[in-house]
Amino acid sequence: MEQDITFEEALERLEGIVSTLEAGQLSLDESLKKFEEGIRLSRLCNDKLQKAHQRVEKLVEKNGELVKESLQEE
Amino acid sequence: MTKYIKEKLCSDTNLADIWIAGEISNFVHHTSGHFYFTLKDEASQLPCAMFRWANESLKFELAEGLKIIARGNIDVYAPQGRYNFVVSEVHPKGMGELYLKFLQLKDRLAKEGLFDVQYKKPIPKFPRAIGVLTSTTGAAIRDIINISGRRFPYSDILVVPTLVQGERAAADIVHSIELLNSHGGVDVIIVGRGGGSIEDLWPFNEENVARAIFDSQIPIISAVGHETDFVISDFVADLRAPTPSAAAELVVPDGNELAKHIAMQREAAYQGMRAYLRVNAKHMEGLTGALKPSLLMDRVFQFQQTSDALTSRILKHMEHSMDMWRGRYSALNEMLDAVSPLATLNRGYSITLNMPDEAVVDSVAKTAKGQDVKIIVSDGEMRCTVNSVEEKDIIQKIETEKDMKKEKED
Repeated sequence: MEQDITFEEALERLEGIVSTLEAGQLSLDESLKKFEEGIRLSRLCNDKLQKAHQRVEKLVEKNGELVKESLQEE
Repeated sequence: MTKYIKEKLCSDTNLADIWIAGEISNFVHHTSGHFYFTLKDEASQLPCAMFRWANESLKFELAEGLKIIARGNIDVYAPQGRYNFVVSEVHPKGMGELYLKFLQLKDRLAKEGLFDVQYKKPIPKFPRAIGVLTSTTGAAIRDIINISGRRFPYSDILVVPTLVQGERAAADIVHSIELLNSHGGVDVIIVGRGGGSIEDLWPFNEENVARAIFDSQIPIISAVGHETDFVISDFVADLRAPTPSAAAELVVPDGNELAKHIAMQREAAYQGMRAYLRVNAKHMEGLTGALKPSLLMDRVFQFQQTSDALTSRILKHMEHSMDMWRGRYSALNEMLDAVSPLATLNRGYSITLNMPDEAVVDSVAKTAKGQDVKIIVSDGEMRCTVNSVEEKDIIQKIETEKDMKKEKED
């Protein structure tokens, strides 16, 4: 499920987790769970950043239909 | 009459807040600070006044012969019975009719509220896909792809090839905006082109483009020409980028900064966890410390001391009351002694009892010769038999004996 999460959601959740951890109000079990999730999210964010390859396409009308095709840079 | 005309003219909305183009003549900079001049073209003249509060903010100087575009409204100066164009804003007319048209449209759309902040949609921080509406042959598209790809390759680009110059450009821009809204699946749209003449940029000053931008459900960044070029689409868009390159920087975050931020967040998570564990370990330590045997013994000793103190208090109290009772006992004993016949016996008296009924013999009348009696003295008793009974006043006898003794001594 975490693969479906957007970068923005992942980063927001990571930030939320960090601030709850810093507040230190949780039980040990909850803290550990949050911590684990935080580390997983930070890795996920990094992966999304590192592995992202920008896809560049163009939207064109062909025979009355809209198609996306890759943009050849001239 | 003049007052009536003034009211007539001033209430006419066609004469309020209008733009007039013309050439300055008869320019007078009055000592009061106000400007007076006439705006004229080939066919007509218009007397103008620009008061100090308006001309103080002028960025250039007005002079004889200068062609300007002036904004203002018609007013009547009653003392002279003259109508005046009261100028509030002046632009040099270098750019001609198009510039006036631009100002007029900008003014109209502003009044309509198309530029209002309340309609500005927020630009997403991390767009998954960016729609770019521009020519595929210009430098703008290459700049946008390069810069956004370098900064944040996470965001995909969807280009909609669009005419951005010439007669058909405005309609094409409108069409592309609508296309991206209905089919694009993008989070944000960049509408723009590189620099050019005011005529080149003109499509972005068209009203239908402005309205299409306003109506777009997807936030739009306007990126037209150079830093110094302002077009209507800049005002109506949700964000103005000074250039297409700048738009690419505004539309996506800096990936390197983000990576740093993520690393910091991760470090903060570690630190938070470490701090949490440290605090709790300390807390536990404290709790374990409270369970130390030596501390428990302390408590036991304390209890013992308390109980000892209580015991000794009770003992003391008991002793005290025992003393008291002992004292009372001996006092009573003495009192008892005082009334006891035993003391009398100690002094040499005796008690005689008839036997066997043990009736006290306190008179010769109560006994008789041959009577068996018991005589009790201080340290025992004797059984005797009465030999004789003589009735005599014993007191008198004792007195007599005393007297006889006395006589002998004398």
